[in-house]
Amino acid sequence: MVRCFLVHTVCPVSALCPAESRVLYSAVFGPEESVPSRRGGGLGLEERRLLRKEQVLVVARQVQSAATLSREASGRVLVETVPGEEILALQEADSGVLRLRAGDPFSGERSALWLAVQSLGFTLVCEPHENLLLAETTLRNLARHCLEDLRMLGPGSEVLLKSDRIDVLLSRLLPHGQLLFLNHRFAQSLEKEVAAYIAK
Amino acid sequence: MYSHGSESLIKQAREIQEVELQKFYSRIMKLLQEREFGHDIIDSLQRLHLILSATKYTRMLPSELYRKLMSLLLSSSLEHLQVLISAVLKETLPPSGQELLCSQDTSILLNSHSAALLLSQIGSRDELSSVCTQLLRFLECRSSEAPAHSLTHILPIINTFLTHCPETLTEDHVTILNKKLVDWLRYASIQQGGGASSGGFFTGPRSRQPGPIAELDGTVSGDFFTVLCVGQGFTEDQWMNVYSFSMLRHWLLIHHSVSSGNTVADTDDRSEVDGSVVSMVSATSSSSRILPPKERLREKAFQYCQRLIEQSDRKAHKRTDTELQKACLVEAMCILDCVCTEDVSLVYRAFPCVKALYGRLSSDMSFARVLLPIAQFYLNHGEMAAVDCECVWKLVFGRFPAELFSDPRLAHELLRFLRLNLRNLQLRVPQFTHFFPNLLKFLAWDSPAVVDDFIDLLPSLVTVGTAVELLHTLLDLPCLCATLILQLRSAYFPITEASGRGTLPLEAFQSSTYRGLFLFLLRGEAGTGDTIERLSTLHELLAEAAEWPRVVQCAQTVPVLLHIYFNSLVKIADEKMLTQLILVLLERSSLLLNIPKYIKEIHRVFSCHLLRLCKLHPSLVVDQSHELLEFAGTTANVYSKENVFTQVVWVLGEYLSVSCDSRCSVGLITSCFEALEAVLFEITSSSRSPGDAQPAPRVITSLMSALAKLASRSHDLIPRVSLFLSKLRAVTRGGSVPWCSNEEDLAAIATRGEELWSLLKVPSVAQSVLCPPPHITTPQWHQDSNMAMPLQLRALTSLTH
Repeated sequence: MVRCFLVHTVCPVSALCPAESRVLYSAVFGPEESVPSRRGGGLGLEERRLLRKEQVLVVARQVQSAATLSREASGRVLVETVPGEEILALQEADSGVLRLRAGDPFSGERSALWLAVQSLGFTLVCEPHENLLLAETTLRNLARHCLEDLRMLGPGSEVLLKSDRIDVLLSRLLPHGQLLFLNHRFAQSLEKEVAAYIAK
Repeated sequence: MYSHGSESLIKQAREIQEVELQKFYSRIMKLLQEREFGHDIIDSLQRLHLILSATKYTRMLPSELYRKLMSLLLSSSLEHLQVLISAVLKETLPPSGQELLCSQDTSILLNSHSAALLLSQIGSRDELSSVCTQLLRFLECRSSEAPAHSLTHILPIINTFLTHCPETLTEDHVTILNKKLVDWLRYASIQQGGGASSGGFFTGPRSRQPGPIAELDGTVSGDFFTVLCVGQGFTEDQWMNVYSFSMLRHWLLIHHSVSSGNTVADTDDRSEVDGSVVSMVSATSSSSRILPPKERLREKAFQYCQRLIEQSDRKAHKRTDTELQKACLVEAMCILDCVCTEDVSLVYRAFPCVKALYGRLSSDMSFARVLLPIAQFYLNHGEMAAVDCECVWKLVFGRFPAELFSDPRLAHELLRFLRLNLRNLQLRVPQFTHFFPNLLKFLAWDSPAVVDDFIDLLPSLVTVGTAVELLHTLLDLPCLCATLILQLRSAYFPITEASGRGTLPLEAFQSSTYRGLFLFLLRGEAGTGDTIERLSTLHELLAEAAEWPRVVQCAQTVPVLLHIYFNSLVKIADEKMLTQLILVLLERSSLLLNIPKYIKEIHRVFSCHLLRLCKLHPSLVVDQSHELLEFAGTTANVYSKENVFTQVVWVLGEYLSVSCDSRCSVGLITSCFEALEAVLFEITSSSRSPGDAQPAPRVITSLMSALAKLASRSHDLIPRVSLFLSKLRAVTRGGSVPWCSNEEDLAAIATRGEELWSLLKVPSVAQSVLCPPPHITTPQWHQDSNMAMPLQLRALTSLTH
């Protein structure tokens, strides 16, 4: 199961401290670990929402520092790409996987798969025993769609105002956080549905 | 990509005024009343979502608006509205006093988006359980009720329950699900689902008769439907096949902890299961019909995996399908591992297939990540099947790290494999510790990503046989990092022109003169020697590499690992090994790659642990007195290895005594004294030029204290010390000195000198103060029968107050 999917910055943002990351989109799947056993006990809805946001921020920060270190170590120069060059941008992207220990920030251990395309990062937080090969292909696919459908390689800020497109994308390719074994025909048919949604 | 536009949008959303917000709410309310929904309402809802989600603090909607949105969510068939409304409602709370819908209207579960909303705001686990029951009811009687396509989201939702709250599933749930999964996995339609233009779930017949499904290489499929089968369109049960397989492993892993019944029935039925070898084109086993649902599912899962393994051998036309085949192989192996753990008789059926797969893939490094689950299978079941696994371990520990160290995902998975199976490996494959030079290549290459794993793994790599070599390897980790970089570069540039400027690292790597040095670092297994003779040459060759970012990152992790190393070492090391280690510490303190701050950090670690080791085994000091004296007697060490020098002097002063080791003689104490005295004279001499480096004050005071301690053990030496200390007093009173420019430091040195001088005037007092016997320094007054009673009484009294 995928716990959450994030889109966030991996480059320094002027309005924030250098180590902080701005989360542009986040989707957390499924009922949380913090669901109380009976109504009225444990954390309230508002606190659960806050906890969710905080956890997402922690993951984004950790991925940002991992991506920065990885780029520093490889010494590669970032090449600016323009809309239309999504495939190239993805090929040039840095990627890696981060181990999130139990408690930091989720109650159980998780693995965070990340893809850093220029100044934005796409992260998938999965269960540790997850099929990482499948998760990786899914992440790349999601990133490609996001880059194309939301024209992220340009200066636009559509990701903030058109987040419903990512919601629909996730509901087809990663329903409720479930990674799917889709061969090209199944994938095509789902992608057609997403394209139909965006066209309307 | 991320621009000021986005920042200002977020800022606007956060800082919107209350008045404006209320106006916005009423505008939306008006738009919602209209019959037709156009772009206006979509835009407004998108903005509303941004406003609500931009802050950490929850904003509440007016209850009228909330109710209107909620009813629209449940009634509208326009997906745009469904998505946006559930996104908006997720970011806010129901108006107080109003429960979120779940108990009233079960149709909320029929839509994927509203179901997601429900799950994110569910009140308690009891409600989750009733949701689960409802979902399973939908699954069972799907044909009569809602349109078919809306039910595929149910399996993923049930899977999330398994992840977060498996206890909400009852035995009935489990049985129903087992039965349904068997149907979908094994008995899905093998006819194609209709024309390509439908692009979805198509249940009705078309005018053109659909053909059978095909394999990924185009041939017509000869067996049951799996995720690796293609067609122009798909039927509903074929979709459910995909969703079922996607959750199968997780289900198998977890559901045995949920269902507790059927244990008696199991043993009866299992004896009737056909245990013969399963053919590739598997016919439905008639005996499997009498198995209870759980065992039936296990059997079908087994068959599905075998079919996937066979299908993965086909050459797919598309690259994405080839990647899917790899992912399916990994999944199939994990599922096989799982079912064989539950039902041991399946091991014999599985092994021929697994062995064949291993044989097919073991020579192809691009399948490395598939070979890891195979290795896991061998580890878990190899012994039972009496299969020789030597070649597997040679591949996993020998070849993978050596050739694939730069693949971050393989590194993560291999190290995870090690972490999870540590106990098992120590039992069955104890020789894995000899592969530490190979394993450390992952760390050398990408320290920030894997240092966490090594913090867990390093203690198990510290064994009596490998400890010294491991220490050398850790200290040379930055060199290993540089060598790995050179190895990769060398593959791109096989021949480098001699630049004539000097020996560049790459040239050195490729030249035959120095090849041996680099090859030693790149070795895969331990045992060929602790380290190399020409280490300093190697460091000189790699001097340029000290600035490479990857090497610098690597160097930053070494001190942490050294701490872990020493912590693990003290648990297993005997005195003989510790003796060796002290020598290594002293020797290596001058033999390190010259990276800024690296040398200083390592010295700090060394001094900390030198102290610790000597505290544990004071007799080490007398044992190694010769080497320690040599180190302490070299004045250059005062400046280049200040930390280590200070500690060496301290341990000499503290532990070179008869009470620590009976072999300590007066002669030894005297020679030590003389060596230290010589150094102290030299560094505090007045004939120093102003440009010379100054010794750290700590060094001077520790030398003085050490001399005083030694003198208090051998009273003939006291006059010599006193003489020096009085001279020192005279010099410091005279104002500034060439060997110390800071006034405060000088004052501290002078004070210490005074204290020691006055102590040494009364030798017996000096002895008890400077070299106290152990029972004074480790008080255990609570155990002393004379002291304990007063302590107890005092404690009781203070409690009662």
